[in-house]
Amino acid sequence: MNPARIFIGAFLVNNILLMRFIGLCPFFGVSTSVNTSVGMSAAVLFVMLLAAWVSWLLYHLLLVPLGLVFLRTAVFILVIAALVQFVEMFLKKHARALYSALGIYLPLITTNCAILGVTFLNIDHKFSLLQATVFALGTAAGFALAIVLFAAIRERLDDAPITPALKGYPVAFIGASLVSLAFLGFSALFGIN
Amino acid sequence: MDWTLVLKSVIGLGGLGLILGLVLLVASLRLAVRVDQREQAARAALPGINCGACGYPGCDGYAAAVVAGKAPLDRCAPGGPPVATRLGEIMGQEVTPAAPQGAVLICRGGRTEAGQRFQYRGAADCRQAALLLGGPKACIYGCVGLGHCVQVCPFKAIAMGENGLPAIDPKKCTGCGKCVQECPKAVLRLIPRSKLVYLTCASHDKARAVRDVCKVGCIGCGLCVKNCSTNALKLEANLPVMDFARCIDCGICVHKCPTKSFVDRASGRPKASINPRCTGCEECIKVCRFKAIEGEPEQQHKVIADKCVGCGQCVPVCPAKAIDLIGALGHRSDAA
Repeated sequence: MNPARIFIGAFLVNNILLMRFIGLCPFFGVSTSVNTSVGMSAAVLFVMLLAAWVSWLLYHLLLVPLGLVFLRTAVFILVIAALVQFVEMFLKKHARALYSALGIYLPLITTNCAILGVTFLNIDHKFSLLQATVFALGTAAGFALAIVLFAAIRERLDDAPITPALKGYPVAFIGASLVSLAFLGFSALFGIN
Repeated sequence: MDWTLVLKSVIGLGGLGLILGLVLLVASLRLAVRVDQREQAARAALPGINCGACGYPGCDGYAAAVVAGKAPLDRCAPGGPPVATRLGEIMGQEVTPAAPQGAVLICRGGRTEAGQRFQYRGAADCRQAALLLGGPKACIYGCVGLGHCVQVCPFKAIAMGENGLPAIDPKKCTGCGKCVQECPKAVLRLIPRSKLVYLTCASHDKARAVRDVCKVGCIGCGLCVKNCSTNALKLEANLPVMDFARCIDCGICVHKCPTKSFVDRASGRPKASINPRCTGCEECIKVCRFKAIEGEPEQQHKVIADKCVGCGQCVPVCPAKAIDLIGALGHRSDAA
């Protein structure tokens, strides 16, 4: 499949947050301000790429030859968690600036379903390593787009005169569904399912 | 049943877990970052609520600054003196903790006292409202009353009162000063918790202008300044400024103020009482600012209880030491 199609598909058409509804915890948890959501998006990009590579290599070089593909859920969780731990330690020692920028978000995203979802989709779509990379990039970019847009909306909601009963999460859920509806407009585009 | 598959799974998954565990173990040893032990101890001594009152980004930032010797030790307002002493122990320094402070609202012009100049229908946020012609309240110095302080208080110590003015719970307030920084009208101040008396008006306008917009605003008449027993008050730009180091909480200003712009936090005040040792020298009559003592020369004087406010000015001037303050014992401990 054409890498551009994969990227656009993951970025807009099948946006991981707004169309697939995967990874909703950070979508609501850290979208209270644009600053934190940008930090979270950077961490997602970082971890998603690493996870896509490692899980792809592990699946095709270890699980398939051994005939253990049914163990992929356990193996992927294990490997991604260990990998992020390792990377966090490495960054703390050797890349202090990157660590202080991503630091708090890295462990948060470790066992996120968005990360795990991408690794599974890579395999279900039978992507090559290059395609998997592009898919992970597109998904992370889609995550960033959705969460930053939504954070900007929530910052404005904070100052808006809202009925007390709807203040906080209720109005955030309503807002999220409206954003999701808007993204439904892309579904007529080509895409990957 | 295919036992080799089970075996392969167990060995594969278990082996993978073991390898990853070992890798992480080695990594945690090889990649360990040396942290100053004092920094961890200092961080543990701090409350950990990241209010930012110290001026550093959160408790982590303050702990790092303290250990680096860049920050004074008594900056943690929520922690107060105990935390300052603890930081002193960690750093091996003597600390003299500052007097604990609490936030107070220095405006009493609520909905019933001060009118509105216009109806504000924008975002319910003090800062935005204040940008629009200085806010909807008739007095441009006064509290906007949309409760930004209620939102920023990390301790939920501020609640919106019925009169459209925030009420601060002195028991919950830690004096972190977050609300003081955020208030667009600067009508929140930090004052020593032990002080009973403070002025609750921020208007620098002249008397006429203040009266037009607020029933309880200070008109800058200066009566409090003239009557202050310790010269703790000074009139600056139509507003008395209190020097809390000098103020003895006698409460004279509270009673002299024609607009009742001072607040007295004491729940009750004592009354003067003259015992038979009185020689009738009239010294106390001369010093009393409230004409609360009467009597003929050479005869025992009497206190008019209704007029006495319990300021205690007569006590030290009596040569016979015949005057006591009675009732409302311990009123000073009413301060927050």
